Amino acid sequence: MAKTLLYDRHVALDGRMVSFAGWELPVQYAAGPKAEHLAVRAQAGLFDIDHMGQLVVTGPDALPFLQAMLTADIGAIGEGEAGYALLCYADGGVVDDTFVYRLPDRFFIAINASNNEKDTRWLQAHAAGYDVQIVNVSAETYMLALQGPLSAMILAPLCSADISALQHHHAIQATVAGVPGLVSRTGYTGEDGFELYLQADGAVTAWDAIMAAGGPHGLLPIGLAARDSLRFEACMPLYGQELGPDITPLEAGLSWAVDWSKDFCGRDALLKLRLEGAARTLVAFKMLDRGVPRHEYPILSEGEVVGQVTSGMYAPTLDAFLGLGFVPTSLRRPGTEISIGIRDREHRAVVVRKPFYVPAYRRS
Amino acid sequence: MASNINQDCLYSQSHEWVRVEGDTAYAGITDYAQSQLSDIVYVELPEVGTTYAQGDNFAVVESVKAASDCYLSLSGEIIEVNEALESEPELVNSDPYGKGWFVRLAIADASEIEGLMSPSDYAEFVAKAEEEGGH
Repeated sequence: MAKTLLYDRHVALDGRMVSFAGWELPVQYAAGPKAEHLAVRAQAGLFDIDHMGQLVVTGPDALPFLQAMLTADIGAIGEGEAGYALLCYADGGVVDDTFVYRLPDRFFIAINASNNEKDTRWLQAHAAGYDVQIVNVSAETYMLALQGPLSAMILAPLCSADISALQHHHAIQATVAGVPGLVSRTGYTGEDGFELYLQADGAVTAWDAIMAAGGPHGLLPIGLAARDSLRFEACMPLYGQELGPDITPLEAGLSWAVDWSKDFCGRDALLKLRLEGAARTLVAFKMLDRGVPRHEYPILSEGEVVGQVTSGMYAPTLDAFLGLGFVPTSLRRPGTEISIGIRDREHRAVVVRKPFYVPAYRRS
Repeated sequence: MASNINQDCLYSQSHEWVRVEGDTAYAGITDYAQSQLSDIVYVELPEVGTTYAQGDNFAVVESVKAASDCYLSLSGEIIEVNEALESEPELVNSDPYGKGWFVRLAIADASEIEGLMSPSDYAEFVAKAEEEGGH
């Protein structure tokens, strides 16, 4: 089990360490998951997400190579911008979901911890014929996330560049508390905030500086439980639950991240599915009867099992029991009644519109 | 952090308490149990009139991350459930031996009481569990 460089900080903050994707990470700190969740919605939270992976792709053919491998139009990502894109298998199943940054001299790709080695191998195995170099830089890159409405105010004085004008999904090279890296206005919570890709040996320096600067403003360290409930309320997919080798982007409601006008791995299978119509669709639902829906619980319609819950929990911001899951496409419309099998009893639920929580940057 | 142990209760190894009052008993989960579970978001309680044997799963506590079964320390019939937990499950976190009680039961076999842990025995049991937890 790998420990991040901030392990001692987590233990000192009463972090309850659990194993996750091969890493020992805090599932929560002293305040508890609910308070941590609400702190990110109202003030700010700091996340150690060093377990996440990163790749750098360079070379004259970097753009055509990534266009061939990823679903979204990578050419449309401007310099200093980031875009969401999926890696698909030839059959349309998902290898991983990624964030692709276009920097002056390279493409920088953020990938999931659990898929770090798989993605690297997958890209390298398809690089024949392209003049590209693919390098996994996870070990020398330390990823922190600072999320919440007060993030910019907390980070600005620590940052060498002016981040107040940095737009959502844009990134700049800068130092944070003197530690060089990439500062990106992105996140996985539905709040304004930043993801920091820092030089690994500066992790403790940057963490301490942000904790000290944010403390007076109500910033809390955030564990994995709140990270999951925050992304869940914003209906952001989690690989292994809403995405996987047996799930296509179309079923998961991610066709907006697919550019049909170019060729890419998986396009033929996805186009066929698009024409035929997917048999199942990911929907959001709200419990009508009290009960907590959880991963892998059955979804029923008229007494028959018709699907499965992918994620479900108590949503702290909305104070409701909510879930995501796959149902037959005919049951996808908001207002459709379904039920969830919780310990051998059916609990009524209703399909609702996604997302549960509209991200701050999407509200006018 | 040392767990609070109520001196008027008797305890089980699965971290439930009972407080005997005449031929009835209140039951709930201990301070140690609630702190391990962290934020409790839902408690599934049994129906009044249900009869359980000692050790039966009588309730489910849902924390943020997981659902956990609770076991009844004494055999008996449920005569009252704590309806306040429906809207305020967090009472189990804030007051596990008081407002966060789960059920009241009519004791079926008073001889079972002798087999439960005393507050001091349970304190020792929890101290061992906390050591092994290695915080």
